[in-house]
Amino acid sequence: MSTSATALNAGPKIAMRRQALVLSGLLSSASAMLIGSMLAIWLQFRANAPLRESSDGTKMLRDWLPENIKIPEVATNTMMLTIVITCIMVQWAVYASRRADSKHTTLALGVALLTQIAMINAQIAVYLQMDIGVRDSSYTTMFYAITATMTLLIVIGLGFTLVAMFRSIAGRLSDHDLIVAHAVYWYSLTVIFAAMWFVVYVQK
Amino acid sequence: MTAIETNSPMIASTLSDDSGLSIFSAISEWLTTTSHQRIGRLMVSISLLWTLAVVAVGLLLGVERISSSSDLIDATSAPQLFSIFRVGLIFGSMAPMALGISMAIVPMQVGSQVIAFARGALFGTYLWCFGMIIVAVSYIGNGGPGGGDRQMVDLFLIGMGVVIAGLLIVSASIATTALTSRRAGLTLADSPIYVWSSLVTSVSLILTLPVMAGALIYVAVDHTYERATFGATDGVNAWIGWALTSPQIFLFSIPTLGVLAQIVATMTRGKQPLRGGLLIGVGLTSTALIGAVTQSFYSVQFDSQLADFAKSLLPFLMFNALPILGVLIVIALCLLAMKNEKAKPSAPFVLAFFGVGMVLTGMIGNVLLRITDLKLSNTVFDEAVLVYVGYGIVLSSLGAIAHFGPRIWGRKMPTMPVIGLGLIGVLGVVLAALPYYIAGFTDQPAARITGELGNNSQIWNSIAAIGQAIFLVFLVAFIGLVFKSARSGEIADEEIFETVSANS
Repeated sequence: MSTSATALNAGPKIAMRRQALVLSGLLSSASAMLIGSMLAIWLQFRANAPLRESSDGTKMLRDWLPENIKIPEVATNTMMLTIVITCIMVQWAVYASRRADSKHTTLALGVALLTQIAMINAQIAVYLQMDIGVRDSSYTTMFYAITATMTLLIVIGLGFTLVAMFRSIAGRLSDHDLIVAHAVYWYSLTVIFAAMWFVVYVQK
Repeated sequence: MTAIETNSPMIASTLSDDSGLSIFSAISEWLTTTSHQRIGRLMVSISLLWTLAVVAVGLLLGVERISSSSDLIDATSAPQLFSIFRVGLIFGSMAPMALGISMAIVPMQVGSQVIAFARGALFGTYLWCFGMIIVAVSYIGNGGPGGGDRQMVDLFLIGMGVVIAGLLIVSASIATTALTSRRAGLTLADSPIYVWSSLVTSVSLILTLPVMAGALIYVAVDHTYERATFGATDGVNAWIGWALTSPQIFLFSIPTLGVLAQIVATMTRGKQPLRGGLLIGVGLTSTALIGAVTQSFYSVQFDSQLADFAKSLLPFLMFNALPILGVLIVIALCLLAMKNEKAKPSAPFVLAFFGVGMVLTGMIGNVLLRITDLKLSNTVFDEAVLVYVGYGIVLSSLGAIAHFGPRIWGRKMPTMPVIGLGLIGVLGVVLAALPYYIAGFTDQPAARITGELGNNSQIWNSIAAIGQAIFLVFLVAFIGLVFKSARSGEIADEEIFETVSANS
């Protein structure tokens, strides 16, 4: 291809405005729509499940959660608390980053990383304690699909934390926008997880 | 157009010295590029190949339908071919073509040298490309929706997931560029209309594609393990079918409005009356996304109880008619701008104008499709809506290439061949789709090639096949013209690079 044609000179270099923050907002929206759509289908299936008598025979229940499946509430509630702690840690990172305090930023992100690993660990514990197969019933198939997708989003967030932490360790004091973007992603992930936790683990 | 040439000095020197580069290093540079123009052109080029393949499939199906006793296609393969026509047109052609052109043009228009997260955009392009290859392989192995090979259906679902991920990353890159990389003093409201339409499209896809991904995950897990809850292979269409038809496909047509308004802005040198109306028109078209994310169709039945009719009328109008209002506003304002005596005719206008016209015809058809009393669902009428919208987007995208292309490669496209080919393309679209509008009223069933096909089906199917053939010829000729112009066309003069504000 010839390039002898007329062309304008390059434009002035643009000062990018908070790109990471905007991208984080867009990805958070996408994550919310993903889990939101899965919850909508979950609720539709639950609403359409046939009725059955409760074990004490006093009321009619939707036959959605099989009687032999017990959800380990300690582990699931701990997950909910852990993600809230993650939020506090990422906000601490934002606070420290604003003051160009690299040590505390790294420390906060490190603790956040640990809490995120703890969440994944708790999710695995939930799977082990429930001891159900993917193909056992409609409930179990959908349970694994939605919780595994949520875990994938957490793993993506964990990767984001790792990147932010390594940049902080490397002394990038100008990375405040990235730390804020990281925090935004985790706030939104917390809201998304709370919705899933309430529908899947609390309401069952 | 607000045009700022964004080739970096490094890229420019690379291009001028390319005679010294080996073919492998040139290919390597293209494949690992972070230039938004190259990534965009890569995506558009691959999507054009998909368009050629899809139109060829459309032609094959059209020919097969002429006679119900024809055995050109094995009857068991027909559902897969109908499916690949739909999936290929939407995810192989319409979506990437719209996004690829946006990727090449939006940074130039906002005055940025680079696209935001350029490596991410390249990665998204590759994801989309490999996802579509996986989808194609799964179809070849009888694995599309309703396919007979279980493992290939699993592969199809994985491929679609990869395609969605790729399109999401590209959309995020474009939206971030439009939101954060504008030159100093350029507000979003003052940005060129094509930037606005690209932003609306990208955000719409970011909000709707994950919904499709959510359904896809359920279907994929169910299909791999249980095969009962979501209807196994047949459930694929039932659960993700909404993403393969209107109103979801209207979202891919939003850039066509931007292309038309942008070309008119250039023709009238930015003298656009009621510019705010254009922004509203583009925004109104995106209301289709609200209908899409509910994963439902909104129909109305006129001979029902008054209460039922009233209850269904509002969502019907909101999700099916509002996008039409948006398109009408944009067309009306463009025509109003062209009343300006100084308006200078432009060849790409023909393609862009008729492209939007085809999309509008498809949208109007969709309104009729959703009127239950007409009993048009499950007839070829639905296919005609897809062809009108899909081929309309292709026409408009080619108009965009004819308009923006010379600003990228510095050589003009000849006026008369562009207009002539454009008119042939329009003829092809009309002949390929209009007969199925008519055949829909004679109850010709959708996605069927054998058995009773309805009154005069032979005539309508013959005309539709001719239309597909004309469109295929048009595509080949236009792609050839683009290559010829890019290599040896007349050198573009200063005029096309002038910075024209479309905001006055």
